Amino acid sequence: MTNRKVATLIGTAAVVFAACGGGASPSVAPSGPAAGADCVVGVSWNNYQEERWAKWDEPALKKAIEDAGGKYISNDAASSEEKQASNVENLISQGAKVVVVLAQNGTAIKPAVTAAIADGVPVIAYDRLIEDPKALYITFDNVEVGRMQAREILKAMPKGNYVFIKGNQADANADFLRGGQQEILQAAIDAGDIKNVGESYTDNWDPAVAQTNMEQILTANNNDVDAVVASNDGTAGGVVEALRAQGLAGKVPVSGQDGDQAALNRVAKGEQTVSVWKDARELGKAAGEAAVQLCGNPDITKVKGTIIFKSPGGNDMTSILLTPIPITKDNLNVVVDAGWITKEALCQGVTGTSVAACK
Amino acid sequence: MTEATTSPTAREPQNRSLRSLLFAMELDTRLLGMLVALAVIWITFHLWSGGNFITPRNLWNLSVQSASIAIMATGMVLIIVSRNIDLSVGAVLAFVGYTMAMAQAEWIPRTLGLGFDQPYTWLVALGVGVVLGAAIGGLQGFLVAYGGVPSFIVTLGGLLVWRGLIFRYQQGQTVAPLDGIFQLLGGGPKGALGAELSWIVGGVACAGILYSLWASRRRRRRYDFPVRPMWAEVLIGVVVVVVVVLAVWVANSYPWPPALAQAFAEENGIPLPPGGLIIQTGIAFPVMIMLGVALVVTYLATRRRFGRYVYAIGGNPEAAELGGVNVRRTITLTFVLMGVLCAIAGAVQTARLNAAVTNLGVQNELDVISAAVIGGTSFAGGIGTIPGAILGAVVMQSLRSGMLLLNVDSPTQDIVVGMVLVAAVGFDAYLRRRAA
Repeated sequence: MTNRKVATLIGTAAVVFAACGGGASPSVAPSGPAAGADCVVGVSWNNYQEERWAKWDEPALKKAIEDAGGKYISNDAASSEEKQASNVENLISQGAKVVVVLAQNGTAIKPAVTAAIADGVPVIAYDRLIEDPKALYITFDNVEVGRMQAREILKAMPKGNYVFIKGNQADANADFLRGGQQEILQAAIDAGDIKNVGESYTDNWDPAVAQTNMEQILTANNNDVDAVVASNDGTAGGVVEALRAQGLAGKVPVSGQDGDQAALNRVAKGEQTVSVWKDARELGKAAGEAAVQLCGNPDITKVKGTIIFKSPGGNDMTSILLTPIPITKDNLNVVVDAGWITKEALCQGVTGTSVAACK
Repeated sequence: MTEATTSPTAREPQNRSLRSLLFAMELDTRLLGMLVALAVIWITFHLWSGGNFITPRNLWNLSVQSASIAIMATGMVLIIVSRNIDLSVGAVLAFVGYTMAMAQAEWIPRTLGLGFDQPYTWLVALGVGVVLGAAIGGLQGFLVAYGGVPSFIVTLGGLLVWRGLIFRYQQGQTVAPLDGIFQLLGGGPKGALGAELSWIVGGVACAGILYSLWASRRRRRRYDFPVRPMWAEVLIGVVVVVVVVLAVWVANSYPWPPALAQAFAEENGIPLPPGGLIIQTGIAFPVMIMLGVALVVTYLATRRRFGRYVYAIGGNPEAAELGGVNVRRTITLTFVLMGVLCAIAGAVQTARLNAAVTNLGVQNELDVISAAVIGGTSFAGGIGTIPGAILGAVVMQSLRSGMLLLNVDSPTQDIVVGMVLVAAVGFDAYLRRRAA
């Protein structure tokens, strides 16, 4: 193989990559109207390729900033802790006055965040906790999500054998959720009404892994499972398919979160009990508005709507905690009315008139 | 299994007789060794899990859980045999699987307005997937064979490109539910042959194996090649038939779950017998697909010129080239085959999950390569068998599902599987050095 050939190929490959990748990376937005145009907000996404950030969070965040006359810039760390640290510095050198960080890893990003704050650039920890009390933490209350999941399952199945399909072990949220679930179920477990017959983490929140795990738990218990507390909609999907293979879909309550379209459809069909919905647009809007306020006054305690949240690391975090909404068969109209899902997608395959939102 | 660790003096006579016995039967000792290893794994888990492993239900699950990796592993054998590698299989599977899901859940019903669950939907979706898989494989193969870019690099790029492209569809939103018929490709009690058809398949398989034993004996006679002693032929025939019958029996011993059987009875107005309705599940469709793929790829690898070229290239590329083998074309074709197999495996995985998600096939490239390598495929090229790779896939999945039954957490599972991989290849290399 000659060098010339290699060079040609690399050139060709580069063209192909560029063509395929056009628009993949978030780019610098056109500057907003004159007022407050020097309020540049830099956003560091950890992995822009995940469904939700590009589709829901970014547009809301961007709109909130631009409506206030600010300017939105961003970059993507593509799931790399290392890259994200330099991305934060990069945003500041591009002139960001406030930095919003969706952390790939809340610990690894700390030095970069501390440096930014020392530089006089306020930092917003977006959705995921960064254990630095000088950063503003904006998120949905994940412990509350876990509580809501357990509450709905407990309502549907007050006694019996429970299975817990947890999230990715490396993700702190997985344990926040599990903690919230335990809070609600503890009394029933102590009373002997509920028995934990199987519990497993799910690598990378992968639905196929959740499906195999659930199959093995069903095998080990000879199908004697009465309820499944699954931590998100993806894992719930795997669980429902494992249950379906045993003819148990729709008979065993299953929880979830995120308001995934497929999951909401399952709720309408009665195969999933609850999907706790965190409207990402609310989160994006809250962060955008907080960022604009911080441009004017970098003191995070002066931002509207903050409370003090005691973090697992023992820090008093100045936080904005949004409340999620548990979506069940009875309030599916909420997601349709919010424009989150079309009625057609929600009700695909739903028969009869038992679901009010599908009538 | 070969007595690698015993001292030579005490066991010598028995050792020699065992070896001569195996020699007379012309059995692949590596394959035999793997079967023994698999038996050890199964029995260990069975005892450990309090009798939960070697049950019809768990073995049936295991067969379905191994199918998609086994399907891809057959193609990976040919790729590695010809001294290449494909790191992109998981990503290709994901992209093609996602495309098939889009075809049946979006394009056909919504974009074209033809509605959901049409009788042809599954076939069109599968066709789109297979063509796309072949095209992707062809492109990568072309870059490797004609472009001269190392396969490691081409498919490393592919791993990023194809997975990235998923996000062009609806920003990577989960696509579900899938077509009703398509779902059957993923197994489940309804996605299986049932008792009668399973027995027919078993019968055909036995007949085919016995015929091929007889045909091979006749062929050897004709060319004056040495043949096995008659007792060895009979023994092999009997063992194979017993194994096939046992496998079908196990698949048929797994009854439909009671809740499903009851619903089926109610739908069809069958009165429920007192003990509940027993419907035999039989061999699952994904397993049938895997067996079909194994048969076709084995045929391609051992009976067609294409296969002989692949092994010739792996053995010595320069000699093959000089010998008139069209190396570039052959290499390209191995990648086309790999792409098609990724599409089939993608269909099985999405059908089983009844959804296409962005996580589809993550790290499958590692499982597929491990299966091929545990199954005796050598990175030096020229060596590797299809049945070995399938056994390799079953060994890996046995370890994983066994540990799941025992509630072992996933990091520990990874540690065990990693060590087994290295140990298996190390042991194999040791045996080869001894044999040489």
